[in-house]
Formats: sequence, structure tokens, C-alpha cells
Amino acid sequence: MPLRYKHFEKIEKHAGLLGVLIAIMVSLGGLAEITPLFIKAHTVEAAPGFKPYDALRLAGKDIYVREGCYLCHSQMIRSLRFETQRYGKHSVASESVYDRPFQWGSKRTGPDLARVGGKYSDAWQRLHLVSPRSVVPESNMPNYPWLENAQIDGEDIRARMRVLQMLGDPYSDEEIHAAAAAVVGKTELDAIVAYLQGLGAANVSASKNVAEQDHE
Amino acid sequence: MQKAETYNDHIVRLFLLAAAVWGIVGMSIGVFAAAQLAWPALNFDVSWLTFSRIRANHTFGVIFAFGGSALMGTCYYVAQRTGHTRLALGRLAMFTFWGWQLALLLAMATMPFGITQAKEYAEPEWLIDLLIAVVWVSFGVVFFATLARRRIRHIYVANWYYGAFIIAVGLLHIVNNLAVPVSLFKSYPIYSGVVDAMVQWWYGHNAVAFFLTAGFLGMMYYFVPRQAQQPLWSYRFSIVNFWALISVYMWAGSHHLLYSALPDWVQSVGMAFSLVLLMPSLGSAANGLLTFNGSWGKLRTDPAAKFMVLALVFYAASTFEGSMLAIKSANSLSHYTDWTIAHVHSGSIGWVAMITIGSLYAMAPRALDRPAMHSHGAMELHFWLHTAGLLLYVAAMWAAGVTEGLMWRATNPDGSLTYSFLASLIAIKPFYVIRLLGGLFVLSGMVVMAWNLWHTAAEARANRIKPILVPIPEKIPEPVEDQIPAPLPARA
Repeated sequence: MPLRYKHFEKIEKHAGLLGVLIAIMVSLGGLAEITPLFIKAHTVEAAPGFKPYDALRLAGKDIYVREGCYLCHSQMIRSLRFETQRYGKHSVASESVYDRPFQWGSKRTGPDLARVGGKYSDAWQRLHLVSPRSVVPESNMPNYPWLENAQIDGEDIRARMRVLQMLGDPYSDEEIHAAAAAVVGKTELDAIVAYLQGLGAANVSASKNVAEQDHE
Repeated sequence: MQKAETYNDHIVRLFLLAAAVWGIVGMSIGVFAAAQLAWPALNFDVSWLTFSRIRANHTFGVIFAFGGSALMGTCYYVAQRTGHTRLALGRLAMFTFWGWQLALLLAMATMPFGITQAKEYAEPEWLIDLLIAVVWVSFGVVFFATLARRRIRHIYVANWYYGAFIIAVGLLHIVNNLAVPVSLFKSYPIYSGVVDAMVQWWYGHNAVAFFLTAGFLGMMYYFVPRQAQQPLWSYRFSIVNFWALISVYMWAGSHHLLYSALPDWVQSVGMAFSLVLLMPSLGSAANGLLTFNGSWGKLRTDPAAKFMVLALVFYAASTFEGSMLAIKSANSLSHYTDWTIAHVHSGSIGWVAMITIGSLYAMAPRALDRPAMHSHGAMELHFWLHTAGLLLYVAAMWAAGVTEGLMWRATNPDGSLTYSFLASLIAIKPFYVIRLLGGLFVLSGMVVMAWNLWHTAAEARANRIKPILVPIPEKIPEPVEDQIPAPLPARA
């Protein structure tokens, strides 16, 4: 049954009709793929004991985001043998529920960091961030020396936690109140090292229980 | 009611100038970023010169500043020519130019200082996003108002693509950037984790689909027949391809998240639709290329036609590659490696930049009231610089990507991994230098183009350009039933 051209002719002579049909056609894919996830998002819950970032680690995460670390480092261990062999257990959805935006990345110029926490000492991490080639001579990671001197602003962190609380992250009012005191005297370098050291390490055992649910 | 009406080419010229300037800016930042990957000391320990901070300046600069300006300029040009009417809402159109340039400047000035949403290709913070949304809606209003006042009853195919580009990019931009501000310079997206990942790649993939594909296909459908001096090979085929392309593309975004924590069914749907996408993609490329049937001789004499033909070849090649990389097993090798970078740049330097440059060379003399570009030789030089740069860049990144992919998965007979991550980085370093060289070639070609445009515009700067009269038809002819409309001549 050939499509008669006259049906298309109608569309091609009415700018409004053309626009409306285009809007419908381009909406279908997103509606079909995103809506179920959005509805299901409430059921993807953090593993028991997997709490949102504390004040210092939240500051560190936002510095990680600000510096664009995600452009060279993924935080997504794919469910492939050679990935889990290199980086550890594959990542599951419940591990990134507190990540706004998500940090899965799209390119690895450096290695995956989903489970880097505890892999190196704090001292190594500090040295490596300020001057990567002092510990890994062949690395092409930039130096981030400015992190060493910048102080964390406690009020700013409180404001951030309040917004996250509004968005549904389970922070208590007491935690938000205590946030400013928790980061007093801390530098950006302290914060990002705290963030990196917490990656994967704390929640890997906790997430074990829900791993089966995530992969029905 | 015949009265003199002229085309609004002033705004087209402004966008043309902006595209040339932003092209050089965006690509220079790209070259600098590429140099840092080879020699990391080149950030000079300055935060706002560091690769991870300026990478967004490169991508935003070439996609939205260079590509965006070229798209808006050609869109205004094409909508007027194919509708035989002057652009509607002149003042609002002016606002779209200055508003867009302001948004670009603000974005480029804030991102290196860490003011970023950190969502790829949607980095500018919420305030700039609001400005972009306002400009974009205005752009849509100007475009559809111009369509509404057209004198040719039939809406030419190029306009459908521009229309889809405007509607879809508006939708994508708004949905993906929904965020709650913390301060003027920081916001958190309303989505987190897996939902954010899906929304981001629905956006990211379709920014490619509608900004870098549909928009530039609009350009192609007007300027290729114009430059080939041939009617479109098949008008009916373009209808099929159009509806298939815009509906299928939106489903394919999840192929960016294969083997990730995204639910498996979404991954599989994304992969399946990516394969279906082969047909409208190759169909559009074939339609463009076959339009040159009968005028292949132009390739000997016309550099603009050369750019267009190679653009279509790379469009076919990179969409084919894209569909193949969306197959799960191929993706397990290519994902997270420089193969992705190769794919993106064969699409952007090959398809997007070449169709843009070809179209600019076709449009600039007409918009500037000159018989031809200032220098034919410079256009030839640009073509070869661009092509050489493209091939160097893409070949280097392909080689790097395959090397990384194979080294990451290599195992010894006992099942242990053969290489450390660092070993793969050391192996690909030479390719990073070759890539830089390729980028330099492409950039120098852009400088040649800017020089050529500047001299072509010399006359226009010295004297006021005589506006071109709109050829108003005597009466609108009644179409024969079921007749495929013949593509309109672009200019009387």
C-alpha cells in the first residue's frame, strides 16, 4: 500500500501542523525511556547504611565536579570481566543516588575511580593532586596546586546541603547545622582527598545486599 | 499589493562573521587542550588554563558558538529564500543575534573559572541557561513567523530540518537543565545518579542528533542542490528520511551507557534503535551525494562543492561508525577510549565543519553582494588543509582508541590482566602528538577562511550593500494533484 504523497502534502503546506507533528515525533523516545526510570527512581534506594556525603566529602565532590575530573576519570565499573578484574565489583545504580550530577564519565584518559577509596594513602593522594608526575612520572594529568591554599567556606556548604535536602537527600537539620563547624580550617585539597578516599570503599559491602535487586 | 520588499541579509552577515570568529576561537582552544594532553605542563599551573576546565570551552565553542551561529545565520537565509519573503520580526531576529552572542560570551567567560553544571555539552550554569532558553524560543518564533508569511505554499525540505532542530533542541535544553540554584554560580540538577545519566545522554545524544545533524541537514538540503545546480535527487526519499530520522534518533541515547548501571532493557532499546538509525542516516547522505549526479565535474572547479561532497561522505561514514559502536560487543571495546574522540571528530570536523564551510563559501558572496569569494586559491588551500587535518586527527585517535581498548582487555594465559592502565597511556602518547598536528592543520584552514571572508567583505564594508529584492511571484500557482513539488530555484 503505497503512501500517497497528498497526505504529506498537507503537512508540508501548514507550518503549524508541521511543528506540532515534529514535537510529537521527537517526544516519544524520551517519554518511553526516561519516564519509567523517573518513576522507578524512587525505588532505587541507597543501600542500608549508605549515607549522603558528609560536609567535607560534599565539598570535595563539588570540587571534583568543578575541576572537571569527570572528563578524564569515569566512576562506572562496567559489568565486563576485564573491568571488574582491574577496578573491583561492577557499579550498581544505588551507588550513585547522591550524585548530582552523576559522575559516570564518558572517557578514561586516566583510570576509573569508582572504587579508588583506600587504594592509596592520603599523603599519596595529596602529592598526586598537586603534582601527579612526582609520584607517577609518565602521567599526563595536570597539576592542581591551587587546591592546597583555597579554604572551604562553611556557610556555602550549608547552603548546598539545604538545597540537596530540598531535593530529597536525607540530611537532618542537625547535620546541616553542624556542617560549617565540620569544615573549619579545611582546604580544598583536604576536601577532595576525603571525597576520593570515600569512593566505593565505604559502600561496597553495604551495596552488596541490594546488588541482586538492581540486576533483576 | 506588489511593493518592493528586500531580503534581510544584514542579520545573515552578522551570524556569518560570528561563525568565522567563534570557529577560530573554539578550535584554538581545542588545539591548546590537545597540546596539554601531550604535554601536561602546558597548563602552567594556572587553574583557568587547565585541560579539565577549558575542555568545555572547546566543545561549547565549536558546537554552540561556531555551529550555532552558522546554523542560525543559514536558517534565516534559507527560510527567506525558500519562502520568497523577508524575515519576519526584524527586531526579535536582532535580539536572537545579540542574545545568543551574549550567552556565548558569558558561558565562555565563566566555564574556565569552574562555574559549570558539569553536564557534558550543557555546562553553562542556570542563569546562562535561562538566557539561552529565551533566545532559543525567540529564534523559534522568528523562524515559524517567517514560514507563516511565506509566499510559496509548499514548505521546502530544508525548513523541516531547521524546524525540527529548533523544536527538539529547545525541548532537550529545558528538560536537561532543570536545576535548583544554590547561588548565582552553583546549582544542583533535580535528577541524580541513574536518572541523571539517562537524561544527560538523552540530551547529549540528541544534541548531536538535532543540533549537529538535523540542523546541518537543513543546511545541506538547501545548499547542496544550490551548489550542484541540480534538483534534489529524490524529494520523496527526503520525506521518508526526515520522519524516520527525527523519531528514531530520540530513542538511541542510552547507547552511551552500555554495560553501565542503567537498566538492561533501556540499553537494549538504545542499541536496537541505533541500528535502525542507519537507514535514515545513510539515506540522507545518499540523497545529498546523488544530487551531484550530472554535475560531478564541479568537483574539479568548485571548492565549496568539494567541501560538501566530502562532508556527505563523512556523514555517511561517521553515522555508520556510530551505529556499529552502539552494538554492545563493539562498544565494550571502544567505550571510554579515544575511539569515541575519533568518532566525534570524524562527525564534527568531517561532516559538521565541512558542510558549514561549504555552505558559507556558497552563501557569503550572495549575502555580501559579490560575484564570488575573494580568492579561489585560498578556498582550495583551505580544503586541503582541512582534509589533511581531518585525516591525521581521526586516524591518530582511531589508532589510539583501538590500542587502549585492546590493552585494557588483554589477559595472560593464566587469566590475569596483561597491562597496567599506565602502560596504555604510554602507548598512545605519540598519537596525541599526531592529533595535535591534525588540529593545527584544521585551525590554520579556518584562519585562511577568515582571511578570505574578510577580503570578500571589503567591498561591503566600503559601500552600503544594495539589499536584494524578494522575487514576489505573480500569483501562487495551483499544484497539480499528487505532484511532487520540484525544488525551487534559490534566487531568481
